[in-house]
Amino acid sequence: MKKFINKTDDFLKESLEGFGKAHSDIIEIKFDPNFISRKHKTKEGKVSLISGGGSGHEPMHGGFVGHGMLDAACPGFVFSAPSPDQMMAAAEHVDSGAGVLFIVKNYSGDIMNFQMGAEMYSQKSDSIITNDDVAVEDSTFTTGRRGVAATVLVEKIVGSLAEDGGSLEKCKKLGEKVNESAGTMGVAFTSCTTPEAGKPTFDISSDEMEFGVGIHGEPGRKREKIQSSKKIVGNILDAILDDLKPENNEKTLLFVNGMGGTPLTELYLVYDDACQILKTKGIEVTKSLVGNYCTSLEMQGASITLLKCDEEILKHWDSPVHTAAMRWGM
Amino acid sequence: MSVNFLISQAKNIQIVIDENASEIEVLDQNIGDGDHIFNIQRGLKLVVELEDTIKDMPIDKALNMIAMKVLSGIGGSSGALFGTFFMSMAKTPNLDKNINFNKACEMIINGIQAMKDRGKAGVGEKTMMDVLIPVSDKLKDIKDNNEIEQGLNDIIKIAKDRMLATKDMICTKGRASFLGERAKGHIDPGARSSQLIIETICKSVINQ
Repeated sequence: MKKFINKTDDFLKESLEGFGKAHSDIIEIKFDPNFISRKHKTKEGKVSLISGGGSGHEPMHGGFVGHGMLDAACPGFVFSAPSPDQMMAAAEHVDSGAGVLFIVKNYSGDIMNFQMGAEMYSQKSDSIITNDDVAVEDSTFTTGRRGVAATVLVEKIVGSLAEDGGSLEKCKKLGEKVNESAGTMGVAFTSCTTPEAGKPTFDISSDEMEFGVGIHGEPGRKREKIQSSKKIVGNILDAILDDLKPENNEKTLLFVNGMGGTPLTELYLVYDDACQILKTKGIEVTKSLVGNYCTSLEMQGASITLLKCDEEILKHWDSPVHTAAMRWGM
Repeated sequence: MSVNFLISQAKNIQIVIDENASEIEVLDQNIGDGDHIFNIQRGLKLVVELEDTIKDMPIDKALNMIAMKVLSGIGGSSGALFGTFFMSMAKTPNLDKNINFNKACEMIINGIQAMKDRGKAGVGEKTMMDVLIPVSDKLKDIKDNNEIEQGLNDIIKIAKDRMLATKDMICTKGRASFLGERAKGHIDPGARSSQLIIETICKSVINQ
């Protein structure tokens, strides 16, 4: 394993310290229990949005704390859900009287810990569960689909509504709409290595890819020989469109997300392939997002998310945002 | 059961888990994301480190202290489930009196029931509950029939059989559920660590 590490046990704390210093104009870091909150508390009566999950997906979620997105984020250990005391402390710190909305990715550990956090928190709260990964069949035989990159879009769009004074109920409803209107699928060329394990999470040959990979290196639909970008992108989009079934000429947001180890040059190439393929299928790409937003440590690979957009979603996507990882309009 | 008993068991378990760490890590990498063993090891270390803080506390307070430590220190599914386990043990009535074998069984049964409710997993879903639920059922029998040594030997066997049985299961809970058929042929790492914990405690009680 080659990583920038001093001591494995200090990995998360030292990384959070650096994050706090680098973005001290926007956020602040609290330790024991760990959470990241906005530097300036927002106005009274705004619904507070809190997300969290295992670390290793940076900039998700800490990089999305700030105006127009989250009020706080709770980072767990690498790929491990955060604990209820973090959620409780974050909620107590940011709640301004309009209630707390927890944004949770659909994994057993995250669900259990957020549920306990909500039970321990005495004020009004509710939660949204994201499950946009179309690689996994949603059936009685699974925990359900995984929550992956569309979580970023949920946080941006609901964050905007909360900033506009939307109620807890309305924020939850919009979040669920965005989640249901989005589909994601990823591929991995290489594994990731957690600092604690010190060796790759899975073995993969230099000419193979994992099609439908999860953001912790969980296996996807199948292991295949690597193909041209157009073929890979086409297969991903087929799976997403099969699930989302967009109308002809429906407006969409196309989000090409890097897994951490793939350069932007490749991500833009993927974006171009996706635009061309979607055009032939009569789908209009209205908004774009390209970059490393929901990563899996140093994994090489990418995911594509397609979000069907109505006017409400478009308006809240365009509104100003100022966080460490996403900033426009202000 | 006493606070000293809890601490000495945590130390015993720590040794056994460390001895089997690489096996559990490989099992988890086969079907999960490889973090289970580190979570368990971190949790045990935290509990053992609590010794000086909790050794003179009443057992319910000590259990709650352990629960909070495990919840916040482990994270992930294991943190929530084991935290719930200790919290529910602490809620068992009449813990201020001497805790005999039957009372200890009742505490563990309560703890396992709460884990079952929290994780919403039953038997046959390829999780640690495949080991813990049958163990809890057997504890109820032993408690009613008062055959401690034979009963604990039976539990060691039940835990091992149920752990091995997870090998042929398809997983429906947790990260491994995303694998579908591909999870077949691998023992569940949570079932293996739970079985090791149960075996360690039973053996130590038998030898007392």
